[in-house]
Amino acid sequence: MADLPESTVLASEYFHSYSVVGLLAVIGVLFVAVAFGAGRLLRPVVPTPEKLLTYECGVDPVGEGWAHTQVRYYVYAFLYVIFAVDSIFLFPWATVFAAPGYGATTLVEMFIFLGFLAVGLLYAWKKGVLEWT
Amino acid sequence: MNDALDVALRLVIVFAVFMVLPLVVGQTEHKVMAHMQGRLGPMYAGGFHGWAQLVADGVKFAQKEDIVPAEADRRIFQLAPAVALLPYLLVLVAVPIGPGEGAVGQVVDAGIFFVLAVMGVGVLGSLMAGWASANKFSLLGGLRTAAQLLAYELPMLLAAASVAMAAGTVSLPGILDAFEWWWLPWQIVGALVFFVAGLAELQRPPFDMPVADSEIIFGAYTEYTGLRFALFLLAEYAGIVVLCALTTVLFLGGWHGPFGADGLGWVWTLLKVAVLAFVVIWLRVSYPRLREDQLQKLAWTTLIPLALAQIALTGIVKVAIN
Repeated sequence: MADLPESTVLASEYFHSYSVVGLLAVIGVLFVAVAFGAGRLLRPVVPTPEKLLTYECGVDPVGEGWAHTQVRYYVYAFLYVIFAVDSIFLFPWATVFAAPGYGATTLVEMFIFLGFLAVGLLYAWKKGVLEWT
Repeated sequence: MNDALDVALRLVIVFAVFMVLPLVVGQTEHKVMAHMQGRLGPMYAGGFHGWAQLVADGVKFAQKEDIVPAEADRRIFQLAPAVALLPYLLVLVAVPIGPGEGAVGQVVDAGIFFVLAVMGVGVLGSLMAGWASANKFSLLGGLRTAAQLLAYELPMLLAAASVAMAAGTVSLPGILDAFEWWWLPWQIVGALVFFVAGLAELQRPPFDMPVADSEIIFGAYTEYTGLRFALFLLAEYAGIVVLCALTTVLFLGGWHGPFGADGLGWVWTLLKVAVLAFVVIWLRVSYPRLREDQLQKLAWTTLIPLALAQIALTGIVKVAIN
């Protein structure tokens, strides 16, 4: 690999590390497939209509399983999405923020960022999104 | 050829760890819980203090009939256990257990990122199971799982970001290379937040609302039997191993120890993981289950502010040092 350009070497190392991960994923899938396949050979199969009923504490199920439910947390589901997307940007920044030449400036930027998150959280709190009782 | 052999050996070791350690944690849980409650726990299987109890359980699970309810979404229902289990296998490959590049399954340069992202996929398995079962208890369990994920993923992410800031890298071996002992007190708040949030994400007691047996049978896993049920259980214990390993690597210095880091690095790692796993079991015996609103309150009004404070502290100290 000596005469290849540096970027090519970097890229090949990058793909090498993830190809090992991919290989492990293949092993995992094989493991599950073999387990399920072997299970099929080992276990009895004697289905009856009663067995295949949806479990509802032993009485006949009422209505459908996909029932209406009140999803109480959809508001802070939005909150989560916004916060999580914000937080993702922390990671690339975290690796360089203390590098020479950054220092105080990036620190101030961080406090502005944290300030935004904190204000968002306080606002949600005040709006009663974080109250459940 | 040597390279291929090397990779194969590493993958075999990772897979072996993935198969063995969760069972060890499970057996330890049987015994530790029993003794904490004044019982003996399994004593029969295998002869010596019931060491083969989980092997016997496995044999039993493999022989049980596999039932897919007639109403269920068949394919999704059958796939869910695999989706819940496999992410933890993939995470293990990136966890370093000793110094140097030789002591990790595979160096993944975006370590923290990779690990957190892949761990998040595991929760999808519970959601798939909850929805595909077409059972009211399962649906409620799935919804609670989703709520828990939304609440606890964020503090976990923020706490991990704090370590990345301290080390100036997101690679797991890189973090351990940069580790100094005084990171322990410096990052202790982040460590607690990370560990608690991880417990909640694994739905371990006291955060086991999604599988609360006294209310919703077994949540998303209600309709499962046999091998598929066993895989869900295995996923839970693999999750404990992964969480403890990550806490060890990110916050407790991984292979660093008072002495012998070069030869005994892996011993330190395993020791720390074991202690953390013991704490996980201990918490299960000690604390009652949190109610759904208490659970949300803890995440949004305690853990997230704490994690933000930790990030601020990390930033100030780091810039002050440079």
